[in-house]
Amino acid sequence: MDTKKGMSVSTRASEAPVLSESSAGLLRELVAHLRQNRTQLREEWARRITRAELLTAMTEEEIFAEATAVYDNYVEALETGTFEALQAYSRRLSERIIPRGVETDEVVGIVLLLRDVLARSLFTKYQDNVEKLNRILDSYEPAANRIANTVAVGFVEERERIIRQQQEAIRELSTPVLQVRERLLILPIIGVIDPQRARQLTEQLLRAIRANRAKVVVIDVTGVAAMDSGVANHLVQTVEASRLLGATVIVTGLSPEIAQTLVTIGVDLSEMATVGDLQGGIEEAERLLADRAPPTTQVREIAPESTR
Amino acid sequence: MEVPILRQGQFLIASIQSALTDADLSHLREALIAQVGRSRCRGVIVDVTALDVMDSFAVRTLRDIAHMARLRGAETVIVGIQPDVAFAMVQLGLTLKGVATVLDLEEGLAFLNRRTEERTAFETKPKKPSGRG
Repeated sequence: MDTKKGMSVSTRASEAPVLSESSAGLLRELVAHLRQNRTQLREEWARRITRAELLTAMTEEEIFAEATAVYDNYVEALETGTFEALQAYSRRLSERIIPRGVETDEVVGIVLLLRDVLARSLFTKYQDNVEKLNRILDSYEPAANRIANTVAVGFVEERERIIRQQQEAIRELSTPVLQVRERLLILPIIGVIDPQRARQLTEQLLRAIRANRAKVVVIDVTGVAAMDSGVANHLVQTVEASRLLGATVIVTGLSPEIAQTLVTIGVDLSEMATVGDLQGGIEEAERLLADRAPPTTQVREIAPESTR
Repeated sequence: MEVPILRQGQFLIASIQSALTDADLSHLREALIAQVGRSRCRGVIVDVTALDVMDSFAVRTLRDIAHMARLRGAETVIVGIQPDVAFAMVQLGLTLKGVATVLDLEEGLAFLNRRTEERTAFETKPKKPSGRG
């Protein structure tokens, strides 16, 4: 495998247009050196990763396998001066290791370690010829820095993409407006309500009221741990906006702590119908619905219950 | 733009078709209140489905219509407020307190029918008994 790759060196290196003739030659020599010492350098690198206690989430075999792949991609990027393959690889690598809890500093750490390991081996090889060593480093360092940059940025970008995706998913999950029966919706709110979420919640609720022609809405806040005056006022506004669309809102599950805070900070909830728990809220809602229905429907609805 | 006022049974229906100037709104108010007495109707429906903005003057005019119509013996209900408009209104503090609002024209008619039935049934009691059930 090493020899095969070694044979392609000359053809590929001639494609690198950014480098001048002499530095291209040096880089070629450098790549040949890295290919030759592949096994040894790789092992040295993997050893240093373990010693530095990086990538603790992965087994030694996994580290070695990834190290091999990164090493080959690294050498290839040095050789061709193109970073697409390395970029694609680092994105795939990030996809694999992010779910396992690998952190940004670890990734940056291992890439910098590889840079150090390779630089050390260059020192050893050219220690008798300082002038040549300098020239080799001149062409090695910019390329190595760019590689380190590419891998680290690839990792961070992948991470940000995942975070964005998850935020989106959470946002969609967080505001389910459910129809319990005709004209009755429930909106269970769970977790922290920030201004953005509160706004989205209201929008979704108002749309759902219109779409389902709801008459009564039960907003259950059992799952809300804390509420500040901003959120409480938003809740009041939601109740009022719902009324403008012709729907009555019942708020249920206000915890003792929230009740205390609301009274202490003086939010006016007098306009709001509140019931202790969700069950009570739904019972109250059904009473309201029966009350509002035209008399004929009322009779029809009550009749089967009395025969039960 | 003149707002057409239609008569449907015991009720008057004013359906706003486009954005109105303040003068148009005042004119609508006067026309409605005059018609309530002339046609001896029991209810007024103002349909605002076509409005995508509602400013403080519009909200005040709607509230005035409701209160004046009540003094002339008719219930008023506002129908068709859009969700976005509703939220914008509460954020501006324009909540139409004391005015009945329902989803659409159909609901509005059902609401007024119910109210007039109640009124005929409890002719002696001025207000709907609360806390039924």
